[in-house]
Amino acid sequence: MDPSRKRKIRLAAALAAAVCLASVLAYTSFSAASEAAKPSELREGHSYEVTGKVVDGSIARAGNELRFRIRDRDGSKSVPVTYTGSVPDPFREGREVIVSGELKRGMFVADRDSLVTKCPSKFTKQEQSS
Amino acid sequence: MAGVGSACLAIALLTALYAVAASIRGARTGRREWVTSGRRAMYCMAGLCVGAFVILEAAFLRSDFSYRLVAEGSSTDTPTFYKVTAVWATQDGSLLLWATLLSLFATAVLFLTRRSLRDIAPWATAVLGVVAAFFLCLMLGWENPFDTLAVAPQEGAGLNPLLRHPAMMIHPPMLYTGYVGFSIPFAFAIGALITRHTGADWIRATRRFALIAWTFLGAGIMLGALWSYTELGWGGYWAWDPVENASLMPWLVGTAFLHSIMVQEKRGMLKVWNASLICATFVLALLGTFLVRSGILDSIHAFGASTIGVQMLVFIACVIALSAGLIVARLPDLRSEAKLDSLLSREAFFLLNNLVLVGLCLVIMWGTFFPLISEALTGTEASVGPPWFDRLTTPLAIVLVLLTGIGPVLAWRRVTPRSMLRILRAPVTATGFAVVALLAFTDAAKSLPSLLMFSFVAFVLVVVAQEFWRGTRARRVMTGESWPRALARLTGRNRRRYGGFLAHAGIAVLFLGVAASSAFIQQRDVRLSPGDTVKVGDYKVTYERATAKLGGDSGGTGAPISLGAVMRVQRGGESYILRPSRNYYSTTDPSKGVISRFFDGEATSEVDVRWGLRRDFWLAVRPDLVSLEKPIARADRRFADSPGQVQAVVIQALTELYRQDPPPAAFRAIVSPLVTWIWIGGAIAVLGALVAAWPSPEARLRRVRSLYAARLGRELSRA
Repeated sequence: MDPSRKRKIRLAAALAAAVCLASVLAYTSFSAASEAAKPSELREGHSYEVTGKVVDGSIARAGNELRFRIRDRDGSKSVPVTYTGSVPDPFREGREVIVSGELKRGMFVADRDSLVTKCPSKFTKQEQSS
Repeated sequence: MAGVGSACLAIALLTALYAVAASIRGARTGRREWVTSGRRAMYCMAGLCVGAFVILEAAFLRSDFSYRLVAEGSSTDTPTFYKVTAVWATQDGSLLLWATLLSLFATAVLFLTRRSLRDIAPWATAVLGVVAAFFLCLMLGWENPFDTLAVAPQEGAGLNPLLRHPAMMIHPPMLYTGYVGFSIPFAFAIGALITRHTGADWIRATRRFALIAWTFLGAGIMLGALWSYTELGWGGYWAWDPVENASLMPWLVGTAFLHSIMVQEKRGMLKVWNASLICATFVLALLGTFLVRSGILDSIHAFGASTIGVQMLVFIACVIALSAGLIVARLPDLRSEAKLDSLLSREAFFLLNNLVLVGLCLVIMWGTFFPLISEALTGTEASVGPPWFDRLTTPLAIVLVLLTGIGPVLAWRRVTPRSMLRILRAPVTATGFAVVALLAFTDAAKSLPSLLMFSFVAFVLVVVAQEFWRGTRARRVMTGESWPRALARLTGRNRRRYGGFLAHAGIAVLFLGVAASSAFIQQRDVRLSPGDTVKVGDYKVTYERATAKLGGDSGGTGAPISLGAVMRVQRGGESYILRPSRNYYSTTDPSKGVISRFFDGEATSEVDVRWGLRRDFWLAVRPDLVSLEKPIARADRRFADSPGQVQAVVIQALTELYRQDPPPAAFRAIVSPLVTWIWIGGAIAVLGALVAAWPSPEARLRRVRSLYAARLGRELSRA
């Protein structure tokens, strides 16, 4: 086989592999992704990754379940959340948290162990500006 | 002193700019005195950066709260150990650490290459100078670590309790050493491209730096994982968090680079690839620094919105554009000197391993930036979770481990199928036995990926053992040395080869731990009252009683209150006590009552782990303070104006109340098989890398001889 043809074949094979990888990535990620949303944007039956603030005085425990409400960063509309699994150390009232799950009959049922707490504001730059 | 610190930084910036100008002038005119002057300016800059760093450390040690940084990140009751580390817990301090490490690395490499690489080194000096100048600019313009407060507060905010862990003390400097270390080969690669000296000289000069950077970055990632496992209270060591990913990406590409440069050294191939890899590694290292600080991706690590995100991004974009442009412009000079002879050769397998490593990096990159990608494509921000990462990286990791075994035993150029069969016969047979044993005696068949991974790990270990065995035996035949001596000599004389084997064995062992602990983990979350017993796997766990301690928690983190539990763990005839607890740090929030301040601040899990080679038993507790709420509220009102001693007694009484009558506490118990082998494997890999990086006696001898020859040459030419 002459070298230029060989090079073309090699290039085509490499490109095909790259395209394959890219499409696998795109396909799997879009099908596995959960949409990011604020508490006020949730609709029934979709899975979301919600970012919001824990409403003051809303944290309660029932058996293994943790219940609390989260609201938009700047807003008052809130959604009740029921959660099981590990609670990160910085979890507190008024903290910003990220949790994924699904809205079922007005209650956000969170996936197990999906709760992430953003780092406490005491250690961030925001405090300075306020 | 803050003024002196700022001045150090400002002079360091001028020095760096001078070094850039002098080196470029020297390189263009060929006047050595300018090059020498530029190099010495870099030494000088290193001195200034170290000076600034020492001044800042001193301020932290004496708790000088007139420094904004000290007031924000330290306090008088922070233990000394953590005062030292609080410097790099802040953004400004970590920038200073970056610049200081960079200047030290630059000094080391420029000193070592002062008599060689005469064409490339000045340009490399200039590149390193530009990078250093950028970081110094960031500090002087936006994030000056020497900012002072008009009124010094009485007490500082204290170091984030989550960071009070020994692993966290060394994790950031290690990561930074890794990130910074990769800037050395990057700078020399750019120098090589500019001067069109694209042979393997720049690689030989900086290979060791790349290896050291790789080692530190890897060790830093491992320490981060260990911290996550023992401090974060969720029981895992890797969460595919954006910042974790950000440190893994340059490590993966750096690994690819370390392998493919061997192909360039031996065969003069893959030049474009190598130049691209090192540029990519450096860009990813910058990206890692940027991601931690920018807050563009949601992460527990994203320590708030930063003021330097845009600047970092612009710099990264410039680095990408310039290095890509330079590589394209030098394509004619980067032609391969040889061709791939056969697909059955070491270079072909190295290429394959490179593709897998870069593929892994691309997968991780896609997942990490998916929120941004999806927002750009569909308008909604969406993210992928750990299951997605696991699903895509597992097959790649399995292939990678297989290649780890095959690659290094193949010869360069070509291997006949017959000789390949001869080399691999014993390992393949042993792997077969291992598979049979796994199927017969363990549950490995339940998870196909783990079964594959275990088999390939066995394969790699046998390959490595076989190589050591054959080498040692051959040496014994030749020299008649004793076994241990022959082994030591063999390794000492071929450090790169056998250090590499050791690193491969370490990585294989690490994957053994990862595969076993992720596929066969048993976990339970329960609420228990004293006296309750629960079963986790084969373990029986009994909550014996609650504990409460004031001051002096076992970890030495300076937490005022720690509440915990005494747990009896039984398995078969074995029985022992674990004491997980939870540390409560006081807050200065004025809206809280004087007593509740001590309970409503930060809290961290102090997990207790029974380490074992076969399995770990991991236990964390989360006490419920509900029974204390009313007494605390009452105490807030009654003792609001009481002196500190009285309040201390009240707190003592409250914790005693908890100890005597605790409400049910939440526990998480994990049985994680073979997880210890992750740390052991990591340690073996680091050891292997150190062996490979250590200068061999022959090399030292060669250097002495060449120096001697050079001096002789100079004197002869003078005579």
